[in-house]
Amino acid sequence: MTDLTATRTASPTRAPSRKDRSEDDAITLRRREKRLAAIFLAPTVIGLGLFVVIPIIASVVLAFFRWDVISSPKWAGLDNFNSLFTDPTLRSAFVNTIFFVVATVILQLSVALGLAVLVQSRMPRWLQSTLRSVFFFPIILSAASVSIIMSYLFNQQFGLVNTYLHDLGFGSIPWFTNGFSAQVMIILIYVWQNFGFTFLLFLGGLAGIPRDVYEASAIDGAKGWRQFVHITLPLLSPTTLVASVMAIISALQIFDQPYVITQGGPGNSTETVVMVIYQDAFGQLQFGTASAIGVLLTIVIMLVTALQFRLSRRFVYYS
Amino acid sequence: MATITTAAPTPPKNRRPLRWANAPKAFVIVIALVLCLGPMLWTVLTAMRPASEALGGSPISFSNLSFGSFGQAFQQIDMWLLILNSVLVTGLVTVCQMLTAGLSGYVFARIPFRGRGALFSVILATMMVPMQVTIIPIFMIIRGMQLSDTLWALIIPAIPTAFGTFMMRQYFMTLPPELGEAAAIDGASPWRTFRSIYAPLATPGLAIVGILAFNSTWNDFFRPLIMEMSSKNYTLPLGLVSLQGNMGSGSVAVVLAGVVISVIPAVLVFVFGQRALREGLTTGSFR
Repeated sequence: MTDLTATRTASPTRAPSRKDRSEDDAITLRRREKRLAAIFLAPTVIGLGLFVVIPIIASVVLAFFRWDVISSPKWAGLDNFNSLFTDPTLRSAFVNTIFFVVATVILQLSVALGLAVLVQSRMPRWLQSTLRSVFFFPIILSAASVSIIMSYLFNQQFGLVNTYLHDLGFGSIPWFTNGFSAQVMIILIYVWQNFGFTFLLFLGGLAGIPRDVYEASAIDGAKGWRQFVHITLPLLSPTTLVASVMAIISALQIFDQPYVITQGGPGNSTETVVMVIYQDAFGQLQFGTASAIGVLLTIVIMLVTALQFRLSRRFVYYS
Repeated sequence: MATITTAAPTPPKNRRPLRWANAPKAFVIVIALVLCLGPMLWTVLTAMRPASEALGGSPISFSNLSFGSFGQAFQQIDMWLLILNSVLVTGLVTVCQMLTAGLSGYVFARIPFRGRGALFSVILATMMVPMQVTIIPIFMIIRGMQLSDTLWALIIPAIPTAFGTFMMRQYFMTLPPELGEAAAIDGASPWRTFRSIYAPLATPGLAIVGILAFNSTWNDFFRPLIMEMSSKNYTLPLGLVSLQGNMGSGSVAVVLAGVVISVIPAVLVFVFGQRALREGLTTGSFR
């Protein structure tokens, strides 16, 4: 900064030729700016091109081939996509993933909204900031660590939860070895770790609702639950939309928890779409089928995002 | 509607610190706190219990604590190697992401050129594509570069960041353009304008990019799972999961001691960078 003030005081000496030079200066400046831009952009643009754009194109192309890495790729037409609808493992993975998405989104949004309203309500400052930190905390853990911890806690033979339940007179509950309860547990563990993010979004959304709206409605006699349904929920709808889209997109990609805890079992009950991609590609070397599933997943995510844009224009209330 | 008269004088009543009406609220808070912190508390306590006792499923107790399992974690598994790999990969990815995102974000915010908007839209669009979809071709590219089963396989593809570019562009847009214009009039080169004026002001934005890069790389399980075959290249999440997998070699307490060790850096970042982390996560959602 100090150097610049020095050049400023020196500039009057250049004054005589300033008019002629300024145009040349502007041109060289533009040229040097462009060169700088090219150098600055190079790592990001080349990197994203090589590791995102080319892989996307390659995935789409690969989806139409049969390829096991060892022999050369063979044209498969739409076979890979057809097998998506006939393969029983994949069908159950689709059904599971849809179930996971619906359940986690509903659970995550309601828990997060409830706690956000709670934290927003009248309470001491320190308690407010403590709760905010605590609810947010699980996000920073790795899904792998959380999965390890939970699989010990809910272990059927020696887990802490079953030990306590045993003392209370319950039999040992097969948390992860019964199909349906394994699904529920994966959902609960996933929501346990991720609701804090949705909670933060709602907290931001609630802070954006002007106080006088509540005061006005209180004068009209709306309190508690009615105020929540008629004031908070409608005014929060932009946040709800964003939060649900984010939750849907991330739940579509559930992998770590079922991979670490149940390996997709028992049977295929916790198999997800991304687990099938992983197994097809790196387990069975069917890169074509795996790519086809990946392309389908990307299309679903794009549709969800597009839907968000449309909805946010049409139905959502903006103050 | 008849409650108008009773509703009006409530504010002073609410000031009273203890009311029975607050009981349900307090109850919910306690339950939520126990559910959120309980598993972590149990993890720490179990890791600090003698390895032989941890398997008994003994209830939570604060007596007889020791750091024995932590020592065993370092003896039984190559804990140092896992830590070193994680630190190396996360450190390099974080620093390089901050650097490249800072540079590209600056250009998108400050230097106009033909096709800038289109290029930026393409970069934003890449954020929609999940990593699981691009990982197969990335694996092939890495193999082609003779880098499979090395730490570079985790570092190089993770550096280019569309999100970081977006974040830094938003950040540089908030800085006044007059600063750079004034410098240019005074004869500063474009590089100098960036170096002496904007780069020093970019720290808060870079902190957000860095913290998010740290958090996602440190915790990443999927990429190492695919890229690394030999256990000497495992990072902490993958190493701990594989340790848990063959339970014959590691006791519960030792595995959990490893989990606690792996969580410590993330907790430190959480404590000191919570605001930046919150800001980064929520900004990302309003792209």
